[in-house]
Amino acid sequence: MSQSPSSSSIVQIKLTDPGEGLTEAEIIDIKVSVGDTIAINDAVIEVETAKSAVELPSHVGGTVTAILIAVGDEVPVGTPLLEVDTAGGPAPAPEEPDVPVGEEVTGDSETASAAPAGDGDTPAAAATGEGEDTAAEAADAEPKNLVGYGSREQGPRRRRRRLPAQDDTAQVPIDRILAKPPVRKLARDLGVALADILATGPGGTVTREDVLAAQQRAYSGDTAAPDAHYFPEESPQAPEGLGGAMKTTRDQPFAGVTSDERTTRVPIRSVRKRTAEAMVASAFTAPHVTVFNEIDMTATTKIIDQLRASREWQDVKISPLVVIAKALLVAIRRNPEVNASWDEKAGEIVYKHFVNLGIAAATPRGLIVPNVKDAHLMTLRELAEGIDDLAKTARAGRTALSDTREGTITITNFGVFGIDSGTPILNPGESVILGVGAIKEKPWVVDGQVVPRQIAQLALSFDHRLIDGALGSELLRDISAVLEDPALGLVWG
Amino acid sequence: MIQLLAPDGTRTPDAEFDAVLQGNGGSGVGSDEDADSGPLDSPERLRGYYRDMVMIRAADLEATSLQRQGQLGLWASALGQEAAQIGAGHAAREQDYLVPTYREHGIAWARGVEPWRLLEMFRGISHGGWDPNELRTHPYMIVLGAQAPHAVGYAMGLQRDGVVGTGDQRTDTAVMALFGDGASSEGEVAESFTFAASYRSPVVFYTQNNQWAISVPTSVQSRVPLAQRSRGWGIPSVQVDGNDVLAVLAAVRTALDAARAGEGPFFIESVTYRMAAHTTSDDASRYRPSEEEQEWAEKDPILRLRRHLEQLDEIDEDFIARCDEEGHDLAMQLHHHIHGMEDPDPEGMFEHVYSEPHPIVDADREDYRNYIAQFDDPTDQEAGR
Repeated sequence: MSQSPSSSSIVQIKLTDPGEGLTEAEIIDIKVSVGDTIAINDAVIEVETAKSAVELPSHVGGTVTAILIAVGDEVPVGTPLLEVDTAGGPAPAPEEPDVPVGEEVTGDSETASAAPAGDGDTPAAAATGEGEDTAAEAADAEPKNLVGYGSREQGPRRRRRRLPAQDDTAQVPIDRILAKPPVRKLARDLGVALADILATGPGGTVTREDVLAAQQRAYSGDTAAPDAHYFPEESPQAPEGLGGAMKTTRDQPFAGVTSDERTTRVPIRSVRKRTAEAMVASAFTAPHVTVFNEIDMTATTKIIDQLRASREWQDVKISPLVVIAKALLVAIRRNPEVNASWDEKAGEIVYKHFVNLGIAAATPRGLIVPNVKDAHLMTLRELAEGIDDLAKTARAGRTALSDTREGTITITNFGVFGIDSGTPILNPGESVILGVGAIKEKPWVVDGQVVPRQIAQLALSFDHRLIDGALGSELLRDISAVLEDPALGLVWG
Repeated sequence: MIQLLAPDGTRTPDAEFDAVLQGNGGSGVGSDEDADSGPLDSPERLRGYYRDMVMIRAADLEATSLQRQGQLGLWASALGQEAAQIGAGHAAREQDYLVPTYREHGIAWARGVEPWRLLEMFRGISHGGWDPNELRTHPYMIVLGAQAPHAVGYAMGLQRDGVVGTGDQRTDTAVMALFGDGASSEGEVAESFTFAASYRSPVVFYTQNNQWAISVPTSVQSRVPLAQRSRGWGIPSVQVDGNDVLAVLAAVRTALDAARAGEGPFFIESVTYRMAAHTTSDDASRYRPSEEEQEWAEKDPILRLRRHLEQLDEIDEDFIARCDEEGHDLAMQLHHHIHGMEDPDPEGMFEHVYSEPHPIVDADREDYRNYIAQFDDPTDQEAGR
C-alpha cells in the first residue's frame, strides 16, 4: 500500500437516505466512541426513520476522531455524523474516477466474475492488491455522486445556466434561486433580475406570476428588496456562553443565548415538537372534563405487599400502577362505551373492543406514551410484565413508533413525582386518561374512628363529546371501588 | 416436498433424482458430451456450489452495506435463497433462456453476470447492463409477475423457431420464468399458465416461495400450497426444498429437460426463506417474529451443504477459509469499485429504443442535446438531470 500512515486524513460519515426518498432520521444509538478503531462496514450509528430502525455501516476504516450528533437528534439526510481519520487505519474506500469500472472488474479480478461451479477445488486466487493500491488517492476525498447525499449543499443540484449580464450583479447567488427554465427565460426577456423577485411557488420557486408581479412593481417604482427570505438561516453554532444545564456533553450545535444573556433559545424539535402538537390538537379539539376522587388504597397496598412476598411474583415487578391498571380494565369492562374515539371526518364514534393501555413515560428524550397491546386479555402478571417492558424500553430510549400507536386509553402516573393530583390532557385519538396521584399516609375515618390509611387521588379526564358526566363518573367510581375493595375485582373482572 | 439433503446434511437416496444428478435420468440427458454432462453431485461440483453460495452471500451483504452508505438507491437482498438460485441456475443449460426478477443474484452469478452489473442497476445508472442474448439471461425485471408472460412468449417463439423437442440436446431450448410467492398471485401469472398449457410451451415456472411478499405471509395469499396452483391448468408441479441445492438442481434439471424435449410446461415451488427484509427500505422485525427467523437460520442452505460435505469428508478448514477470503475480497472489490462508477451518458437512453434508426427518436435526441447545451458546462451530466 502506498498510503503513508503518518498523514492525517479526516473523512466525514454522513447520514444517507436509508430508505427510499426519506429526508431525515432520528439518532437512536451511537455505537462508537472517539478513539475507537473501525473497519469498513462496521456499524457506527443506528437511526430510526419513518420506515424502520437501521444500522449505518461505515464506508471507511480508521479511527473515530469526532462525533457530531447526539442520541435523540433528528437530522436531515446529508448531515455529517462522525469524523474518521483514515490514515493508518484499515484501507478506506478509494475513488477511482478515471478507471472505467467494467474493465477494472473484469480485467484484474477473477473473483468478480461468475466462475462456474465445478471449479471448487481451485478457487480463483485472491486478487487483493490492486484495489488497495489506490486507497490513498481518495483517503480524504469525498465520495462522488452519492445516492442520497446532498454532497456539498442541500437542495437543487442544477448547475448555473448562462445568464445575461444584468443577473451577474444580483445580490443573491443566482444558483440559490429556484425557477423553471421558461420562467428564467421570461425574467431575462423582461429584464427582471431573479434575485429581485419574491418567490411564492412550491418549495420557494419563482413562478411566472412572480416574474410578472416583479415587473409591475418595477414599473410602479415599488421595489421589493431582496431580503432574508432568500437566505436560508445558517444552522446555529454552539454559542460560547451556553452554560449550566443547557450545555450538552457533546457540544452539538444546539441553541443560542440571546445577546443580553438573559434567555436561551432552543429550536423546537423531535419529541418536544411532537408532544406540543399532540397536546394542542387534543386540548383544543376534545372538550375535556376532569373528575376527581380521593380513595383509600390500604387494601390494595396490602395485596401488593403479599404478592411481592410470594414466590410466583419473585421475578416480576408489581407496583400500585399495575393494580390500578387492572382496576381500570375491570371498570372499562363494566362501562365499555368509554373505550371509544371521535371520528370527526367519518361522523362516527368508534367503539373499540380491545384496550391498548397507554402508560405515559418521562424519558430522557421527553414524554412518550407507549401502550400495552390488548391489555384487556392479560392476567395481572402479564400486565405487570407488559408495563415493566414498556418502561424499560422507554427509559432506554428505544421505544418503537409502533408501540406508541393505536392506544385506546392512557394512565399517567404523576404520583411518582409526589404530586397529589392534576388535570391530564387526553392522548390524541383517545377519550379517557386516568391520572394517578401519590399514595400518602393520611388520617381517614373508618367506622367512626380516625385512623391512618394509605390515601391517593385519582383524576379522570374524558372527552365530553362522547362521554357524559354520568358515564365518566361511573367509570371513576368503579375504578375506585375495585382499588378500595380488590375483592370486587373477582366479582367484576 | 423433494428433499435430498436434510438440514443436518444427511443425503437421502432417491432413485429418480439420484439418476438425474448422475446424468442418467430425465429426458435424453447424458446423450451429449458438453460441459453440463457428468455427475452433478461430484465432490468437485458440490464444493463449487458451496463456493458460489459463499461468494454471492458476501456480495449480497456488501451491497446492503453500500446502500446504507448511500452508494445504492436500494438493494433487494437474496440472503437465504442461495441454494434455490445457485441450484436452479446451474440446472439450466447454456442455451436455455432465464427471465429473472430483481432478487435473483444467485441466478445471475451462475449465468455469468458479474455482481457489479447488479449494483449498477440498484445505483440507478443502468437499466440492465448485460447482453441478454449473450448470457441467455434477461435483465432484472422490476415489475413482478411480468416474468411469466415474457417467458411464455419467448417459449412460444422457440416453438416457432423449431428448437423444441427435436431430440438434439445441443439446440433444443427451454425457458425458465423466475418469480416469487408474491408475484405468483398476480393475474399475469395465471394468464401465462393458460397460454403455456394450451401451447405446451417449453417453459418452467420456478417460484421461490420465500414466505413473505413484503409483509404478507404466503399463508394469507394461498389456501393451498403454491405448488398446487398450476394443476388446474394441467401443468404438472412439484414442491422442492429450496434450501437444498441438490434437490433444486435435480428438480429444475428434470423439468427443463422435459420442457426442452417438448413435454410442455412445468411448475416448481421452491420452499425457501428470505432471511433479510424485503428490501433495504423496510424493517422485517415489524411484521414477522424473530422466532421464525431463528427457525430458518438453522435451515441455512450454505450450512447444510457444508455439513453434507463434512459428512462426505470432502471439505476441509483450508477450503472453507479460502472461500470466505474470496468472498471478502469480492466484497471489498465491489466496495472500492463502486466509487469509480461513472454516470451514464444521458444520450444512452435513446440508443436501444428501436433496433433501427428512427426519425422521432433522432429528433428527441437532438432536442435533448440542445437542452444540455444550455448549461454552463455541457459535460456536467448533473445538469441534465
